[in-house]
Amino acid sequence: MSVAQLPEVIVPNPAFRSQVEEISGERVSDCFQCEKCTNGCPLVFAMDIVPHQIIRSVHLGLKDAVLNSHTIWVCVSCETCTTRCPNNIDIAHVMDSLRQISQREGVKPAQPNIPLFHKIFLASVKRFGRVHEGEMATTYMLKAGGIEELWGMADMEMDMVKTGGLKELLGMAGIGLDMYRKGKLQLLPHFPNRQVKKIFRATETKGK
Amino acid sequence: MKVSFYPGCTLKSLAKAYYESNNAVSKNLEVELQELKDWTCCGASSAHITNERLAVSLAARNLGIADQAGMDLIVPCAACFHRLKTADKHLRQGKPVEGLAIKYNGDFNIKSLPDFFWEDVGEKAVRDKVKIPLQSLNPVCYYGCLTLRPPDITDARNPEDPQEMDNVLKSLGANVKNWSFKADCCGGSLTLTRPDLHMKLTQKILDMAQEAGADCIAVACPMCHENLDSKQPEISMASGKLYNIPIFYFTELMGLAFGDPSVKKWLGRHTVDPRPLLREKSLL
Repeated sequence: MSVAQLPEVIVPNPAFRSQVEEISGERVSDCFQCEKCTNGCPLVFAMDIVPHQIIRSVHLGLKDAVLNSHTIWVCVSCETCTTRCPNNIDIAHVMDSLRQISQREGVKPAQPNIPLFHKIFLASVKRFGRVHEGEMATTYMLKAGGIEELWGMADMEMDMVKTGGLKELLGMAGIGLDMYRKGKLQLLPHFPNRQVKKIFRATETKGK
Repeated sequence: MKVSFYPGCTLKSLAKAYYESNNAVSKNLEVELQELKDWTCCGASSAHITNERLAVSLAARNLGIADQAGMDLIVPCAACFHRLKTADKHLRQGKPVEGLAIKYNGDFNIKSLPDFFWEDVGEKAVRDKVKIPLQSLNPVCYYGCLTLRPPDITDARNPEDPQEMDNVLKSLGANVKNWSFKADCCGGSLTLTRPDLHMKLTQKILDMAQEAGADCIAVACPMCHENLDSKQPEISMASGKLYNIPIFYFTELMGLAFGDPSVKKWLGRHTVDPRPLLREKSLL
């Protein structure tokens, strides 16, 4: 992961900080840049703006850089930063707020498959009240893979048939079958739940 | 002892071995698990990442049901535990929830499974049931993230070096190894979306367990189990190093030590077959 180029000359703009502090309820401005969050973060190797820089960038008002970063999507919400922050800033919660602002304001996510996954997961919950893992994972793979990759897979399978790689082909189908055999696939979804649908309606309407 | 029980979606599918083994050992320990009537999804990571108000309401709905039952609520899945505890703190502060009419007394505790077995059921009850001591087994306990962090939410006593699962397994006679990766992250919510990243984190945990001299890893979270167990063939292929480390739900090891007859059924659900190791150690 390359490191993001932050602007050389920065004119601080408090509007973004106020927005983040209001939505998250976290006092980002309490940060004194000790870097404990960054030092404990397990995903720092995959980030373009590391956690203490995200906090500082929010402080300075670098909205575009933050909302376009890979960091806000590869953060896995392990809560290590939050636990260790000496100023009691719930940094993982700030990351949630940044993702929500980015979605609400229609920013194209640097890691589009990650919000896509969450959308599909929640759609399954809305439909059945409980997540149906088989349906959710299959829908995600189809949508995230895109048509090209699907063709690619079909091509690969044809190739395997032609080159006598029938064993590999069966092996792929076998993963699903194996999960079923081990009792790890639930076939039927849960019954839809009216209260859950109502919760979705009530929380979706007000500015998402 | 009778308690409320919130299994969560994964225990009904991917983590069936956790569900079954927990049911069996609870029965052995005379714990009656009363599953919450008509429980629904806690919202998991997807809800809190997308919409905080939705996240709180989805979890709060289940707390409303538990509140009426009025008994402590036992939650085996780390992610569910975290979401329910977050909603519980929200409700206790008297903050509003949307799309849901709820009257919350909050006159009960929410407990993760290792905490429940160690603190409420207790060492003596566990020790009394042991028929096959696990002395020959050298596990490390892997707690993952969400039963521990942040302690303001989870009320974990020792979020950087938890002991509850270690203590339960020690009471079974196991030779539990100490290590410094028990609370590191396996990359749970990136499993499908960024398998490359999550496999890197998972591989590190497997390596560190081996370095600590462990022959298996005990877990208390369905996502941790899925990541550590079922990804080993892929991690082996990608790294060129062969991984074949059995990953147990800690309740499976309790069932094994209690001599529960259904152990073999649970162990048959794993990707890395743990039965050869247990036979080698004369435990099966």
